[in-house]
Amino acid sequence: MLLIHCPYCEEERPEIEFANAGEAHIARPSDMDGLSDQAFEEFFFIRSNPKGLHYERWRHIHGCARFFNALRDTVTDRFVATYKTGEPKPDIAAEGKDQ
Amino acid sequence: MADQLQRAHPLSGRLVSNAGVTVEPAPEAPRMILRAGKSALPALSKALGVKLPTKPKKSANGNGRIAIWLGPDEWLVIDLQSGDPAADCAAVKVLHSAVDVSHRNTAIIVSGTHSAAVINGGCPLDLSLDAFPAGAATRTVFGKAEIILLRETEDRFRIECWRSFSDYVFGFLEAAAVDTDG
Repeated sequence: MLLIHCPYCEEERPEIEFANAGEAHIARPSDMDGLSDQAFEEFFFIRSNPKGLHYERWRHIHGCARFFNALRDTVTDRFVATYKTGEPKPDIAAEGKDQ
Repeated sequence: MADQLQRAHPLSGRLVSNAGVTVEPAPEAPRMILRAGKSALPALSKALGVKLPTKPKKSANGNGRIAIWLGPDEWLVIDLQSGDPAADCAAVKVLHSAVDVSHRNTAIIVSGTHSAAVINGGCPLDLSLDAFPAGAATRTVFGKAEIILLRETEDRFRIECWRSFSDYVFGFLEAAAVDTDG
């Protein structure tokens, strides 16, 4: 079982307490009415789906129930970093080096 | 005249008593889920008579009540003396949400020297005394059910679960407690 560090509980917790909530750092457009169909599709459906490091939202649903962000490698399943919602992204190049 | 309906305890009469572990239903108790911001805490703590903990995995006792930290703005308050914590919070003017969950939850007491091992039968948390000392409490999972686990003393745990899950949780504990002797 993976152990995931929850930034709110400040410790590593078993993965079955967590739920993935998709890609992180997707800003909702402020002018939703003015969006073209194509722009809406891009915001709403299209995700980066990278092979490798991926910024994701996770929720500690069976713990503190808070959403937080994580940087995870989609190939190895390794969590490089987890951080609270609203905090800046960790630098992907710097984090990637120590793998 | 019709007889008055009586609310039945979902686990009434259930008991597991093996070498080194006892599993029994806890008495009914009023409970409340409290949500509030940091600035509201002093007033709410004063009204409840128990200081709401602000650190993860902590619980606090006072005024016959247990307050358990669930999240950065969320607490479970259990009243062991049949008070009404939600009514106490209603008298406070600061912004908060207090929801009475007394009838949603029920609790199971697991006690004895093997209690941590029995709970680890269905719960993946590290329950060693270093990681989860007396007074520690958290929401977690037990088998397929969500529970709130409180270590009252070294050898005594309180498991809060939803009433509808209590038969499952108790049955799981019963099965986990079969081979504790020795």
